[in-house]
Amino acid sequence: MKQAVREAFISKILLLTALSSIGALTLITVFIFAEGLPVIFKTGFFDFIFGMKWKPSRGIFSIFPMIAGSFAVMAGAMLVSVPFALCCSIYLAEFAGRTTRAIVKPAIELLAGIPSVVYGFIGVTVLVPFIKNNIGGNGFSVLGCSIVLGIMVLPTITSISYDALRAVPDSYREGALALGATRWQAVKMAVVPAAGSGIIAAVILGMGRAIGETMAVIMIAGNSLIIPLSPLDPVRTLTSNIALEMGYASGMHRQALFATGVILFVIIMALNILATRVIKRAVR
Amino acid sequence: MKEFMDTNLNKNNMSETNLSAAKVRFDNFSVSFLPDKPGGAIVEALSGINLSVGDKKILSVIGPSRSGKTSLLRSVNRLNDLHPNFVPGGDILIDGAPVYASSNIDITALRRKAGMVFARPVILPLSIYENIAYGPRLAGNNSKPSLDELVESALKDAYVWEEVKDRLQSPAASLSGGQRQRLCIARVLSMRPDIIMLDEPTSALDPVSTAKIEETLIALKSKYCIILVTNNVKQAARVGDKTAFFLMGRLIEHDDTSKIFTTPRDERTENYITGRFG
Repeated sequence: MKQAVREAFISKILLLTALSSIGALTLITVFIFAEGLPVIFKTGFFDFIFGMKWKPSRGIFSIFPMIAGSFAVMAGAMLVSVPFALCCSIYLAEFAGRTTRAIVKPAIELLAGIPSVVYGFIGVTVLVPFIKNNIGGNGFSVLGCSIVLGIMVLPTITSISYDALRAVPDSYREGALALGATRWQAVKMAVVPAAGSGIIAAVILGMGRAIGETMAVIMIAGNSLIIPLSPLDPVRTLTSNIALEMGYASGMHRQALFATGVILFVIIMALNILATRVIKRAVR
Repeated sequence: MKEFMDTNLNKNNMSETNLSAAKVRFDNFSVSFLPDKPGGAIVEALSGINLSVGDKKILSVIGPSRSGKTSLLRSVNRLNDLHPNFVPGGDILIDGAPVYASSNIDITALRRKAGMVFARPVILPLSIYENIAYGPRLAGNNSKPSLDELVESALKDAYVWEEVKDRLQSPAASLSGGQRQRLCIARVLSMRPDIIMLDEPTSALDPVSTAKIEETLIALKSKYCIILVTNNVKQAARVGDKTAFFLMGRLIEHDDTSKIFTTPRDERTENYITGRFG
């Protein structure tokens, strides 16, 4: 009897702990939306999102250049990382020997453990001058940002697509090989398509990471409030906008930064939900 | 071409020594798997197998799980090579040509010659047509009329043509389990193999589909050498000309199916086919 009471008590405690994470999510959501929505309504939803001018001193808050910036940087990062991550995961999952895998996989995962400020620092000291001297512009650019972000999301995309590829039953490989396919033909025709939705989910999650990254982006992107028309243009993202101005913002301005956060929140939520959907479809 | 002639030559030589009946011959063949970690035990999946399979015959291979049946099949088309710790012993001769001894064997050609059907039908994420055309395309056949003809004849030989002829372009994933398995058989046929190996092809199918597959196999016997691994003893009796009983990696008994099922020589065979174990 006593034991049953203790069991029930422990399970309640565990339930509470589990609920607390949902609680935190709810609180954060409510807080961001409560702080941010008034500005969006005041400016008008359409003007807030599609307007060009962000002039806190004059009370004009429109964030289109930053949305464009965030998407430009994210797209660039995907261009850099997806081919690498795909090749890498295919190699690791299908071709690498046990020893190679044991060395390369942890090494890639270690990339995720490097603090983003270190990426930013390397970007500023190495990449930015390199772009400035060899390609053009002042170096602080979408291009630099894309390369650094691309490397930063590499572990996410690689390890999730690796898992997706490993989850493909051996029968697919053997089925293709038994038909006289070479190793690569089997991978191309049977394994990768079968892991397709897992790989897409990996890319979507990588997008989420790229769009949410702040520190490295602030350091390399240049942070100008323009719509980037060339890879060499400087750019400001949604995240850097918040981080750069939060320190001194007050009143309306502060609320407008929360509103920026609302948009960011919605984008990242949408990407995560999309990824979960895709993964679920794969399981079925 | 030269290889082909060599094979024919071998065939003739063999017929002179009166071994021509053997399409596939296991010659003191064994399979072991080295341990994953140093100090582990070597797993002997098959040891000292001597067995001949005649052309235009069905050999049923029966035995409880872990008896080495699947290892046997996967050795013929060298699919076991995928396993890093696989070590073969002895050899397998197809038309008298060794599968393991010759160093320059074309594994891709071997796998086309000895087609394989798996327990779970492997459907490529393509249309019905492209699933069948996949093998010939890999072999370099890209001519539309020739592929059309191959696809049709393969599907007809696998007794699935009538059911799919109006929807060749729809995804193969839309087929039922039994149809998928016959599609897999058709896919193997499209490569014009000599040998068809089936690894428990009906273990995931309902009785009606199973009956259709068995019908298909008996019809195919006139053209091919068929090795059927099955967990279903009755299926072995229904389909096989010869039956081989495996236990713990050893060939216990091999004879005409009628003899195995009426007067087995070994007590273990009798126990197995009467359902006393396994």
